[in-house]
Amino acid sequence: MAGPRTDHHVVLRIVAKPLIPIIALFALYVHFHGDYSPGGGFQAGVIIVVAIVLYALIFGITPAMRAVPPVFARSLAGLGFIIYASVGVWSLIMGGNFLDYDVLFNEEPGGHMGQHYGILMVELGVLFAVAGSMLSIFYAFAGRVTEIKDEDW
Amino acid sequence: MIGYAGADLAIALINVLLLGLLFVVGVAIARMRSLFAIVMLSGIYSLISATWFVALDAVDVAFTEAAVGAGISTALLLGAMLLTARTAKPETRAMRIVPILVVIATGAMLVYATIDLPAFGDPDSPANTYVGTDYLERTPEEIAVPNIVTAVLASYRGFDTLGETGVVFTAALAVILLLGFGERSLAATFNRKKDKN
Repeated sequence: MAGPRTDHHVVLRIVAKPLIPIIALFALYVHFHGDYSPGGGFQAGVIIVVAIVLYALIFGITPAMRAVPPVFARSLAGLGFIIYASVGVWSLIMGGNFLDYDVLFNEEPGGHMGQHYGILMVELGVLFAVAGSMLSIFYAFAGRVTEIKDEDW
Repeated sequence: MIGYAGADLAIALINVLLLGLLFVVGVAIARMRSLFAIVMLSGIYSLISATWFVALDAVDVAFTEAAVGAGISTALLLGAMLLTARTAKPETRAMRIVPILVVIATGAMLVYATIDLPAFGDPDSPANTYVGTDYLERTPEEIAVPNIVTAVLASYRGFDTLGETGVVFTAALAVILLLGFGERSLAATFNRKKDKN
């Protein structure tokens, strides 16, 4: 992307660059704090993708694809769904119903560790699936053109 | 009593202001032909509706609307817009009358339906009785998670959320099947460029 033609976006690039790690960090907060405040895996996954899309918008789609390869994005989507479903299978193996988190850790009745970590794990599955899917969709659209022309901004 | 009435008035004013902004943005979107401006305005529309959801105490919905509607769909629509023309074709006069008739008819039906709606926050409304109260009462003992929305979403309704995750995954799969993997089409674009030079 470097070149004299794109140099006048330098302010945009400098301002947007420090925002990217903050957005990604906020996504993690949204995920792990989903038990206590609004948010959860779905919103966190979308926010992570927003960070990567911002990177793609200011540095170009090719560096973004080098940083987060499309094959990684679509594997992540599949992996997320598998994580979610395997928590259900885990509770089946432990002798409970599908996705019944109470039995996950063989707790005494009244213990809430299974519920807490069960919710966190399925939300992690949702995060991976949503982030991978959204990023794959973005790559499928944005990968068809090289860059946004200056006159379109 | 005066303070309470003042708060009510302030909430009403905020609601009217936000809904008025939504209306203005909606009319602006309908009248515009530049796709770039329409995409940006639809992001603003999502952001204002997210604010309105906060005013209605639906913070989880507001968060999702802000992240999905204003964030990722604006970016995806921008990506999709780059594949097509920059402006929409102007319509003939006859083509404009049919949509406005549909909108007026639908709006009139919706306004007629609101007469039967329970008041906002009514404790006796169907939404606030039956399972809703049940979840509110049982979550502290059974799940011990402060955010009841998360408890319902991930635990009580975990099977539904599994299905939703599957839907998102399937949507990505469908787009990939239609448009191709990003890196291959990118390589094709580069090759086209090289052929031109």
